[in-house]
Amino acid sequence: MDVIGLLIDGFLVALTPLNLGLVIFGCALGLFIGAMPGLGSVNGVAILLPMTFLVPPTSAIIFLAAIYYGDMYGGAISSIMLGIPGASTAVATTFDGRPLALKGLADQALVGAAVASFVGGTISVVLFTLFAPPLAEVALAFGAPEEFALMMLAFATFIGLGGDEIPKTLFSIFIGLVLSAVGLDIISGEPRLIFGDLPSFFHGINFLVLAIGIYGIGEMLWTIESNSGKIDLTRATVSFSRILDSMKKLSSSVKSVFLGSFLGYFVGILPAAGATPGSLMAYGVAKAISKEPETFGKGNLEGVAAPEAANNAASTGSMLPMLTLGIPGSPTTAVLLGGMVIWGLKPGPMLFVESQEFVWGLIASLYVANIFALVINVMFIPLFLWVLRIPFSILAPIIFVLCIVGGYAPTQTMHDIWLMFGFGVVGYLMRKLNYPMAPAVLAIVLGPLAETSMRQSLLISQGSFGVCFNRPIAGVIMVIAIAMFLVPVMNSIRKRLRPDTP
Amino acid sequence: MKKLLTTFTACALSLGAATVSFAWEPKKPVEFVIMAGQGGGADKMARLMQTVIEKHDFASKPFVPVNKPGGSGAEALVHMKSKTGDDHTVMVTLNSFYTTPMRQSGLGIDTQTFTPVGRMAEDTFLLWVHSESGITNIDEFVEAAKAKGSDWIMAGTGKGQEDQLLTNFLNQAYGLTMKYVPFKGGGRVAKELAGKHANSTVNNPSEQLGFYEAGDTRAIAAFTPERLELFPDAPTFNELGKDFVYFMQRSVVGAPGMSDEAQAYYSEVFRKVYDSEEWQQYMKKKSLRGEFISGDDLKAYWQREAGVHHTMLKEIGEI
Repeated sequence: MDVIGLLIDGFLVALTPLNLGLVIFGCALGLFIGAMPGLGSVNGVAILLPMTFLVPPTSAIIFLAAIYYGDMYGGAISSIMLGIPGASTAVATTFDGRPLALKGLADQALVGAAVASFVGGTISVVLFTLFAPPLAEVALAFGAPEEFALMMLAFATFIGLGGDEIPKTLFSIFIGLVLSAVGLDIISGEPRLIFGDLPSFFHGINFLVLAIGIYGIGEMLWTIESNSGKIDLTRATVSFSRILDSMKKLSSSVKSVFLGSFLGYFVGILPAAGATPGSLMAYGVAKAISKEPETFGKGNLEGVAAPEAANNAASTGSMLPMLTLGIPGSPTTAVLLGGMVIWGLKPGPMLFVESQEFVWGLIASLYVANIFALVINVMFIPLFLWVLRIPFSILAPIIFVLCIVGGYAPTQTMHDIWLMFGFGVVGYLMRKLNYPMAPAVLAIVLGPLAETSMRQSLLISQGSFGVCFNRPIAGVIMVIAIAMFLVPVMNSIRKRLRPDTP
Repeated sequence: MKKLLTTFTACALSLGAATVSFAWEPKKPVEFVIMAGQGGGADKMARLMQTVIEKHDFASKPFVPVNKPGGSGAEALVHMKSKTGDDHTVMVTLNSFYTTPMRQSGLGIDTQTFTPVGRMAEDTFLLWVHSESGITNIDEFVEAAKAKGSDWIMAGTGKGQEDQLLTNFLNQAYGLTMKYVPFKGGGRVAKELAGKHANSTVNNPSEQLGFYEAGDTRAIAAFTPERLELFPDAPTFNELGKDFVYFMQRSVVGAPGMSDEAQAYYSEVFRKVYDSEEWQQYMKKKSLRGEFISGDDLKAYWQREAGVHHTMLKEIGEI
């Protein structure tokens, strides 16, 4: 097969000393950029873009891709250790990663995240190698109605996300949807829900502000209250045998990891989506298919593994529309795309024909990057765990400061800091009243995507919802979404009718 | 670890240390606002400018791109206004620079108060269809679009701006009722056409070129005074008997009330970008045209163009 031949050529490019060095350096750097709240892969790649003029284009993209990749691994670290999402792609990882750390199982969560990332990354890069051109066709086949159907599918998994308390889940979703409607309307350009005339609301409510508020600040308040500040975060010790042990425990999550990888990859290849929705959807699906969904959110390893597999898979996936269609699948690939234009390459349908060495060098480097990112990550785990030995009374203020930095970074306005504190208090109250918060976070990410695609679909169809059903891809997804939506509803009705059955 | 990263970043930044000294120099990284989404024509161009600046050390501090695509550029304009008097914010702008403030007078933005830095180019527009549609010239286009009526989807970027104005021109000039559907960014629009979710677009060459070269999309006619070198088979609308040309400015503006020294500094930086080989190459490859203009000339150009757009918006009843 000529794919294999091309891939071998690619490895010859990727394994030259310069490129190999860049991969290792990029992975390590990405890991730390990702672990730092507020510094995401977008910033990392954008800051380092100019440095890449020192090397040939292929080496440059290999370096930047390695950073992007390492970042996906790194995002999990602060999610698990501190409960603050290190990057937007790692929000879903906090849902269960943080509770695991509080139980003293941080090492398990970290190893689980690293291994799941590795599996997700590898599966996606294999899919990429074998099916890049046909998958580009899939991305092309996705118009507005298909996108809307996919969003409905994601919302349907939410219903599973909140456990059995469907009314509370719905409440949480609607809060998230309302918050996501704040800002300028994409179709008409009119400002909405901006509280009179506050221009800081024009850009909408940044999703990281909400996530850090609820998960960083809100959780911290809750922890302080419930433990009166006398908390032993963890007694996790580090040893090689414990790491091996963690890997064994992970075998129960195989299904979630695989599902997360495929789901993440397919969501990743769709323009406009990217790794954040991919990882959130993977979390929802893992919970929906789990035998013990009630343990999710309380420290289930699958809840870490699924989104981590998905966000790595999606980051590879989002390179596909970038390379084959010339449109970015995520904010980071948008920066990479800019870089490619400047290096004199032409991202788009002709790239695979005209710049084979570049494309296959990049693909091969993803295999290499994956291995190194895993090794580097596992090597540093003892160091990360050491952070947890810091007494809580010292760690708590540090976490608050990191929250503020993370909330300020995306838009650089104080407005967002106040908003974040507001969400922190609301998050704390919701937590006390036992409302699930994950659906609100999901809704604010997917809300704008769903709204835009729905309105575009309706414009195309002159206002008829039929357009979401009578196109083959959209129709199938829509029907699955409706079915998924109905299953938990029916279950709860059945339970209510027959209270004796468990 | 943090230290390592900071040192590294500092290294990256100091790469850009200026070799020439100016009367005024930025004291911190310059915020480089892009009035459009990622992956569109404006975005690619802004990132090219940023890189040219970095590569040739044209500025002593890095330019950090920030996309603000919301509300047909309203988000970016409001942001610029809030930065009044700031010497470290510049923006890449397009024609929504004129139209958005007119359509949304509530924003209270007068773009004539913005600081002119430089016009980098004028971008061109073409009418595109999918190659498999069988349409090869304007007559076939009109016939097909007429047959479908308002089921004919014209995909474009934003509301009440370039793409919709052109759609409106086509509708009026040829008695069509095409339906205009806005998407985020020209890259996305190009994909909608290639995926046959839309019937036509009026994209810039830079946005559609990839699919054109792959043979997926075809140029039917150009909104320029002369035929474009890259698309010799696409006649201009003038040739087709319609007196109509339309361009999009690709300009850089500073926040209102920027100091004269800073204005002079940025104008010089972008003049160098314009003269660079990379920019000239890009203009040629992507069918851009136009001289570099700055200062009062650019202001006069804005005034003229704003008048033209005012009339066009009135015609379609947007204002």
